[in-house]
Order: sequence, then C-alpha cells, then structure tokens
Amino acid sequence: MGNGSKLKVEICLGTTCFILGASELQDLAQYLEPELLDRVDIVGRTCLGFCKDRKFDGAPFVRLDERVVIERATVTRVTEKIKAMLKEKDAE
Amino acid sequence: MPSMNNAAERVRRELLIRVIRGELDGTLDQEIDRIPIVMRPSDQPASRCCVYKDRAVLKYRLMGILGFGVEDETDEAKPLREYLAEARLRREPPREVLSVAPVACYGCIESHYVITNACRACFARPCTFSCPKQAITVGPKQAEIDHSKCIDCGKCTTVCPYKAIIRVPIPCEEACPTGAIRKDESGREWINFDTCISCGKCLKACPFSAVLERSQIIEVIRAMKEGRRVVAMVAPAIIGQFPATLEQLAEGLRMAGFSDMLEVASGAELTARNEAKEFFERMERGDHLMTSSCCPAYVEAVRKLIPEMKKFVSDTPSPMGYSGRLAKEQDPECVTVFIGPCVAKRKEACSDPNVDYVMTFEELGALFAAREINLGTLEGLKLKREADPYARGFGAGCGVTAAILHEMSGGEGQTPPRIDGKLINPLDRKNMRLLKLHALGKLPGNFLEVMACEGGCVGGPCALVDAEKGGAAVRKLAHEE
Ligand code: SF4
Ligand code: SF4
Ligand code: FES
Repeated sequence: MGNGSKLKVEICLGTTCFILGASELQDLAQYLEPELLDRVDIVGRTCLGFCKDRKFDGAPFVRLDERVVIERATVTRVTEKIKAMLKEKDAE
Repeated sequence: MPSMNNAAERVRRELLIRVIRGELDGTLDQEIDRIPIVMRPSDQPASRCCVYKDRAVLKYRLMGILGFGVEDETDEAKPLREYLAEARLRREPPREVLSVAPVACYGCIESHYVITNACRACFARPCTFSCPKQAITVGPKQAEIDHSKCIDCGKCTTVCPYKAIIRVPIPCEEACPTGAIRKDESGREWINFDTCISCGKCLKACPFSAVLERSQIIEVIRAMKEGRRVVAMVAPAIIGQFPATLEQLAEGLRMAGFSDMLEVASGAELTARNEAKEFFERMERGDHLMTSSCCPAYVEAVRKLIPEMKKFVSDTPSPMGYSGRLAKEQDPECVTVFIGPCVAKRKEACSDPNVDYVMTFEELGALFAAREINLGTLEGLKLKREADPYARGFGAGCGVTAAILHEMSGGEGQTPPRIDGKLINPLDRKNMRLLKLHALGKLPGNFLEVMACEGGCVGGPCALVDAEKGGAAVRKLAHEE
C-alpha cells in the first residue's frame, strides 16, 4: 500500500460533525503517542457524507483506512481503534 | 485537554438540532414530547441512575431551549408541546437567562472537607489538634468530621501526614464570582437573581449539566418564518469558532435564513473611538479611573455588587449596542439577532431596544446542522471586510485596550493623557475584591478593561472551541488585515 502502509485516519470536519464533537478531534495528533503518530496519516475532511438524510445521531464520524467508520468518535475511542487496527496489520 | 463536559455538551447540541429542525419543518408539535424517549431508549444504558431520570433531565433541557426556566413549571404533567405553543406566542424574550434543573442537580456534598480512607487513625492525630472547632474525632479505623461543627477552614488538610483529608469543591459555587448560586436545605442549587450577573460560569462548571440556558431560538425561527429581514450581528469572537472563513460564514448565514451578516467588529470600532474620547474627557475633568463597559456581566456586577465603581464605568455603548443601532438605522423594520459566545448579552439585550434577540455560537452551529449547511464546501460571499483590524481584536483579552490605544495614537493635535491600562480577567472572587480597591483609588492604573470570561469573550460559556484556540484565531485575523 502507498504511504509506507500508514493507517489513514479521516476526521470529518463538516459543520455537523464539528459542532457535535469533532472540534476536539482536530487535535488528535497531540494525544497520540509518538510511535502511533508515526504510523498514521491524519487528514481532515469536509463532510464524509454520513450525516445526510438527517442521520446526524452518529456524528462526529471518523473513518479508518477507508473501511472502518467510527460513530460518535472521541479521542479515546479513535485511539483505541487505531491501536487495534495497527495490531491487526502487524499480524497480517 | 478535551473538555470534561463533552458528554453534556453533545446532548445539549443534539437537543438543539432536533428542536430547530422540527420547528423549521413544522413537525415539532408532534415530536417534542417524544424527543427524550428517542434520545434515551429503554434498551440502552442510562447515564444517570435510570433512563427515566435521564428523560426527566432532557425534558427540563428542552424547556430551557423553548425559553422557559424550571421556575415556570406549575404542573409537572404539562407536556412540552404546550410550552412550545406558549413560546411561539411570546413577544418578549425571557428576562432571566439561566435556571437550575432540580433532577439534574446531583446535590454535591454539603461540606467541603472529607476524610478519605487514606487515614490511618494515627497515634499523633494532628487533625484533632489543628481543628479550632473540635469537629474531628478519631474512631478505631478512621477519623471523622462532624459536619455540623465544621467551619470549612481547611486547617486539618495541611497537618495530616498521609494527606488523607481533601477538599471537595461544589463546582458551580466555586465558579460563581458572586456567591449567587447556593444550596437550599435539600441540597439542590438555586440561583439568587438579586446577585447573579448572568456570567454563565456555573453553566460551564456543573459536571451534571444541571444549569440550563433559556434560549430565544423559537423566536428567531418565528421571525424567519414570518419572512422578516433577520440580521445576524456576529460577535468578533466568531473567527475560529467554525471551520470556515468569514466569507463562508456569511453565505452559510444567508442559507440559514438570515438576510445579512453584520460584523459587530464595526460596532466595536465606534466603541473604541468613543471610549477613547470619553477617556480623554474623564481624565481632563480629574477622574482617577475609567473602566470598559462592553462586558455586560461586569456591568451587572457593578450595578448589583460594586456600587462604588458605578461612576467610573464608561457610558459608551457596547459594540453590540452600536451594531444594533446601525442595523435599525438602515432598516427600522429588521429583526436584529446578536450571535456570540455569551450568556450575559441576553441580559444586556433585554434593555436595548435595538437588539431583538440573542443567539449563541452553539445555537448557530445547531441551526447550520439542522439545515444541513456544510460551511467548508461553500464558495463564500464577497465581503468588504471593512472593520478596523483593531476592532476585530475586541473578542480577546487586552483587545479593548489595544483598540483604544490605537485610537488615541491617531492624535488630534492635543497630547493624549497617559494611559495606564490594566486587564481584569477573569471575573472571579479575587478580582471582585480588586475592583472594589480600584474604585476606592487604592490601586495604580487609570483604565481598566474588565472581562468576565477567561481570555475574554473567546472563553465565553457558549463558545464552540476552547479559549486558547479561539483567541489565537481572533488575534491572527486582527493582525493580518
Ligand atoms: S451566572 Fe454567574 S453570577 Fe449567576 S449564578 Fe451563575 S456563576 Fe453565579
Ligand atoms: S467576557 Fe465577553 S463573553 Fe464573557 S460575559 Fe463578558 S461579554 Fe460575555
Ligand atoms: S459533517 Fe461529518 S459526515 Fe457530514
């Protein structure tokens, strides 16, 4: 995989996600341990599209490696999931 | 630090989105009494003792969004749709802006001092000797405080070799600069509106989210639905609150139902100019002091609790006051809505005929979300950006003094008086005492900029991002231009 097989972390910074908590997720990089930080690629997105059709309940959304969607994301939950997915990757 | 009130904040915002969306769609009558049930279904774990309590708290929060306080509840069985019907008819926004929900208030412990199980019931028992009221006795396992005797002096905490005695604060009381929020005999908190300055610090401090804001959102939506020209007067502190540029915000506001965006920074310019002039005049006539007046929580504090200071508070209208005037001069028929991070501005607006309603950044965010407006993807309206960069700095601490200094350096030939400015921020108990001393002329300084919130308005109780980040954004834009 490109990018040295880094785990892609997409943080939704669309308005809905932003006011329902993503304003804090913006700083995710600050909370990750350096070893983890080296292995992820954090990008901000304007609306991942999950909030449409009035399904805002799950916001804020974070997507990992284009396949795993975390609903009601918090720094802690995202960090845990990142660790788990990196472990999976290592096992592969 | 991610803010501790995360869960509470999220619930508050989710409720706002649901109410706004329902009211815009015209379906709120049927939905509103179901919102607590939809948000707290019985098959999911409760965040308080049980889902029923969770729902009861949500009901009070919804009452707040409709503009009602707990004090307005006469019949517990009255459904929310009846409150909604009353809110739609209301012509005057509520005069009190906060309330405390009884079921949500956990009733934090009475006494501040508690002996933890780190206590070894030691032989020396320094705590019993240090206590001036003999409130501590040592049992076989642990020492105990007789709370009827304890006077909260805290002497015992310093002498225990195990550091077993701790002070447990009551967060809302600790945060309140005036002592307005207090317990009744049953342990629940009430706000005494004779001394409350509407600063909103208790709202931010309560970890149970028991303090409610009384919103005016129903009125704002009504004005939009009636097809009125609704002008959004955005506070300087808005920069950095949303992931968007000022241009994108202007377009988003238009899509949300406002007719125009008016930057309160342009009102701030007038405030700075006239406040500088007023400062000259006051110094010339021999006053030893003048203070800013743009923070309504501070002005309330003076009115209610520091009467000595009254004659030194500037008479110049606040940026919000000037902006309202500008908007109404252009179109007396328009509806003016101030949008900021502030609870106290709601109070100020009550006595300003040019400001019809006040919304918070949080409520604006919910309006964007309810309308599915995604600011980041908008192209943005062309703005003139005519506000003076100094005026934009009003939202952050020291901004007022800087703007006035800038005005003074403009120089009209006369030599300006020496300005010895001091920033009093935030408004806490210690600074309340300092203000008294300043009023009596016992401290140096001839100009005081007073802001109730930590870091200035960017640290306001209804800001969306933390004060540090918001402040940096405000200062950045102020300097860029
Ligand atoms: S709004 Fe401010 S003054 Fe009023 S009770 Fe709360 S903390 Fe105290
Ligand atoms: S500092 Fe600003 S946000 Fe805080 S109470 Fe005063 S005017 Fe309102
Ligand atoms: S704003 Fe995040 S998914 Fe749309």
